[in-house]
Formats: sequence, structure tokens, C-alpha cells
Amino acid sequence: MSGKRIFIKGNEAIAHGALAAGCRCYFGYPITPQNDIPEMLSSAMPAAGGQFVQAESEVAAANMLLGAAACGVRAMTTSSSPGVSLMQEAISYMAGSELPGVIVNMNRGGPGLGDIGPSQGDYFQSVKGGGHGDYRTMVLAPATCQECYDLTFEAFELAYKYRNPVLLLGDAIVGQMKEPVVPREPLAVDPEEGGDWKLTGRGQRAPRLLKSLFLEDGALAGQNILLQRKYESMRDEVRVEDFETKDAELVVVAFGSIGRIAKSAVRTLRAEGLKVGLLRPITLYPFPDSVLRELAAAGKRFLTIEHNLGQMVDDVRLAVRGLADSAFYGVFPGNLPTPDEFLEPIRAAAKGA
Amino acid sequence: MSSMPEIKEELVFDRPGVLADKPTHYCPGCQHGVIHRIVAECLEEFGLVEKTIAVSSIGCSVFLYNYLMVDTVEAPHGRAPAEATGVKRARPEAFVFAYQGDGDLASIGLAEIMHAANRGEKLTIIFVNNTVYGMTGGQMAPTTMIGQKTTTCPAGRCAEREGGPMRMAEIIAGLDGVAYSARVAVNSIKNLAQAKRAVRRAFETQLHGDGFGFVEFLATCPTNWRMTPVAANERVAKEMIPGFPLGVYKDAAKED
Ligand SMILES: Cc1ncc(C[n+]2csc(CCOP(=O)(O)OP(=O)(O)O)c2C)c(N)n1
Ligand code: SF4
Repeated sequence: MSGKRIFIKGNEAIAHGALAAGCRCYFGYPITPQNDIPEMLSSAMPAAGGQFVQAESEVAAANMLLGAAACGVRAMTTSSSPGVSLMQEAISYMAGSELPGVIVNMNRGGPGLGDIGPSQGDYFQSVKGGGHGDYRTMVLAPATCQECYDLTFEAFELAYKYRNPVLLLGDAIVGQMKEPVVPREPLAVDPEEGGDWKLTGRGQRAPRLLKSLFLEDGALAGQNILLQRKYESMRDEVRVEDFETKDAELVVVAFGSIGRIAKSAVRTLRAEGLKVGLLRPITLYPFPDSVLRELAAAGKRFLTIEHNLGQMVDDVRLAVRGLADSAFYGVFPGNLPTPDEFLEPIRAAAKGA
Repeated sequence: MSSMPEIKEELVFDRPGVLADKPTHYCPGCQHGVIHRIVAECLEEFGLVEKTIAVSSIGCSVFLYNYLMVDTVEAPHGRAPAEATGVKRARPEAFVFAYQGDGDLASIGLAEIMHAANRGEKLTIIFVNNTVYGMTGGQMAPTTMIGQKTTTCPAGRCAEREGGPMRMAEIIAGLDGVAYSARVAVNSIKNLAQAKRAVRRAFETQLHGDGFGFVEFLATCPTNWRMTPVAANERVAKEMIPGFPLGVYKDAAKED
């Protein structure tokens, strides 16, 4: 820890976290509500000896990321919902070619152009693959500016550990609010990182090839078996915030900014004597199924609260199936909920209504 | 009786070592192979094999990496210039080139090529214009010539319906970031020599850090033109060169 706290927005925390993690290539295209990131990195990245390119589109930005990733250089792109849709082609290719990179989505309201307000409507797109083909990206969901910083930092470590794209799914709330953040000691990236696969120019060794095309009989099946094994092994990385679930009769499941707002509501209701708790998935893929299943086996009821019209609730129900169900409360994309808005839905779910 | 003069064999022509010693998947008379060879020769002549990173694109040439023994990454359809931008930015010391067909570069990837060129990325683009989508079976390309029949303009391309063929070497030359843009052909020995000179200049442009280098090759696709290799090669001279004039459209280093 390098100690000195800084007072910054969630978006800026992502930029700082990336720099500290050794990110030296940034490619982006403007879209609200994440513009603070490219704006900051347009000067900070060159100052750190890296490259900043304002791409002609999100399509290009994500493909620049693919190119830099193939060279084993820590690289990132950031965007918001419609922009991330355009990036899906490259993300699928990166997963297929096993390339590490960080993609940030500061989720806004949709579908379509939607609005620029906060939303968690991109949950499905983020955790179910998003682009074409059978693949997964690891997905991390920050709830605070500190987590924006820390999870961005860790996203690079995970991307390289698994040779896979890692997504950070934030939203307009966490991106735009300002909080004190404790920065880390900047990482000295091991120059040997990616040494057994990255493109450097072949030198004296045999040429290397990074691709996602597997035409020979059975070759694609082989690659997909490897990929699926990798996605399974990511289960070791499951992370949650567990707030007073031990003696709770009802567990609220909520992620990101909504998880944090729900926590305030849970705290209020606890003070009233209601036995409620909160489980906040920090990794959305891998999803904390086993944690939820254990809670279900202990007889808890569930209420999933999301800033969308019902997406993660499917995963919660799958996790607890056979043991329990989950009620659902959805906030419309673009609206900004307060903790008070959640009190009644939680009370009702706690009563089993 | 006069004795026969002794014949001494002298090797005048060999396969560049960077080209794999194997048959290609290209159709007979396809000029992708010839163009690969020119690129291979230039890589060797400049001593670039060890520091090259190639970007292979979508189309018949996607398997570039099966023949050219350099580090390579594959790009989604049309995105090679963006990907090559990422490669060059990440590894400025590498020699970076992308190899693209006309569907790839002038249709789906038009934005990516224009902007990489305009930014003056220090890259080389080898652009193979065969006026048709080869790999997918002969559909119309942005470079298909007026009157040329393809599977999706069976009556022949019509300017009113489909617009005219795009002349990429000229379009690219008009952008400030471009250091070199030329159009060449490989239909004759003379043009072949010219083509190689163009690739050399484009490579030099990158090596000197001058900016973006672009070489458009006119090439045959006998299969989808429904022609014999010989007739296809004749079409290059008779129809393509008049419609896509050969020449150097920009050479910034020579201009100043
Ligand atoms: C996004 C996307 N759209 C369409 C395709 C299908 N596709 C494969 S090759 C090709 C055309 C390539 O033509 P060209 O660039 O002219 O190269 P050639 O095969 O003639 O060498 C198309 C459309 C694809 N691979 N990806
Ligand atoms: S289809 Fe055309 S471009 Fe493709 S290999 Fe055959 S001749 Fe060459």
C-alpha cells in the first residue's frame, strides 16, 4: 500500500487502478458515463510511457486491444452499453485466441440508446458470453470507488492468470460518485509475463500464431474443451461480500451499486429487528452458486434486487434450485433508487409474501 | 567430332526461407501466392523476418500464417488495421504488416483502414484487390468493376444500383498520415518487378518511421471469375489496369 488517500470518482479510480497494474496501452471511444477514464488517460498514459489512442469506434478500440494483447502488453478499453455491444466481436475473438485484456463497461440504461442513467441491464451480456460462440469472460462488479480501483488492478492479474478477457461491470452511479481511495504500490510487471505465447517477432525461435480459427477435423472441439476447463477453473476466484447472512431468514442478493444501496436498507431493517442479510456477488462470472446453495441448504429465503427487469435472478434461482426460490425486485433502468425504496420489498419478502 | 559444351548448373531462383516449403491452398492461377512471395522476399532482403509481426485477415488469405513463418495474429473481418495499430503501439520496435482482401479492406473494414491511414500508423498494408469476394464464393465486392458479373450482381455491376468500384490506392493517398500509396500488378514480369519496388518502398516507409504505407495489388481470382488462369491474367491487363491505373499515388519521402 502506498498509503496516501486520494479523493476521486469511480471512473478515475479505474484509470488509476489500471496504471498501477501496469496497463500501458489504452484504446477508447467517447461515451457517457465513462468519459472521465479516457480523458484522464489521454495524458496520464503517455506520461507513464504508454500509448493512448482515441479509436474511430468501439469496434476499432476493442480490436486495438486485441492487437496489443497479442503482444503481451497490459492493455485496456472502457465504454458503456451501446459501445460494449460493438466490442463483442473482438471480445469473442480474444476469448477464442486466449488473449488477456481488460474491458470496462460503465453500464447505462437500455435497450438501444436508452438513456445515460445508471442500469444493470447488461448483466446477461456480460456474464453469458455477450458475443458469438461458447465462451466466458470473468466479470467483476465494483460497488465503491475503492473497489473500482482494486478490481481494475486485479482484473489485469486475472486476465494474465487465465489468458482471458476480464470485464469490469460498473454503472453510472459508482462511476460518477467521489470517494477517498487508497492506492496500491504500482506493480512492476514481470517482463517475462506471457513469455511462452506473446508475439515479439520470432527472433531465433519458431514463429508463433494467435488465432481463433480451427478448421481441421475435431480441432475446434479440442480448443473448446480446453476453454471450458479454463472457465471451470475460474470458479476458484469466486468473491462475495457477506453482510449478516448467518442468522438471517431472508438474504438479499444484489451486486454493484445496487448491492451497496441494498446494504443500507438491510442495515435499517436490522435495526428494526428484522432478520435480514445481504449477499453481494463481486464476481458475477464465476457466479457464487455454491455460496448461495449453502445458504439455501441452511433454510434461508432470497430476494434478488437488480437495476434491470430481472437478469441475475435467473442465476440465483439456478443456484438454489431444489432447495429454495428467489423473489425479485427490479429497479427500472435509468431510475436512481434510494435505500428507502427497498424497505417495503424486503419486508414483504421477509414475511414470505 | 566436336564435343558438347559442358553445362554448368547455376541456381538463380530459390524459395525464400521464410516461406514454408509446402503447397498452398490457393486455386490454380490465384495470385495470392505470388504476392506472398514478394512480401517474403522483401522481409528477407530487409532482414526483417525476426522482428516482424503479421496480422492476417479474413478471406482466402487468412492462412497467410501457414506459409509465412513469422509471428502472426489473426484479425476479425476488416479489423486488421485496428489490430495492427494495437500491435504497433504495444511493440513499436516490431515490423508490422497486415494483409487484406478487397472485401475485408474496402467494405466491412473501410473505417478501420481510413483511420489507421489517417493517423499515420507506422504500418504496412498489403491490399489484394481481385474485384470479388473469393472465399465466400464470388459475391460482389466494393471493387467489382462496372459490368462485371458476380453471384450477387448476376446481371453485372451497375453504377446506378450498386455504385462504382472504389479505388483505394487513390483514396488512401489523399489522407495526410499516409507516407506511401501505390497500385501494382503481378500479371507480367515488368509489373512484377515494379510491384516488388513498391513493397520495398512501403517497407522503407515504416522502417524510417515516416508513416503509413499502402500497396494495392491487382490480382486474379480465376475460380470466381470463371476463367482459366491464362484468361484471368489477361483480364488484369485488358480490364483491370485500365480501370485501376497502376502507379505511385503518394510518396511523401520523395515529395519533400
Ligand atoms: C463479420 C463477418 N462477416 C462475414 C464474413 C464472411 N466472409 C469470409 S471471407 C469474406 C470475403 C472476403 O473477401 P476478400 O476480402 O475480397 O478476400 P478474398 O477471399 O477475395 O481473398 C466474407 C464476407 C466473416 N468471416 N465475418
Ligand atoms: S477463390 Fe479466388 S482468391 Fe480465393 S484462392 Fe481461389 S482464386 Fe484465389
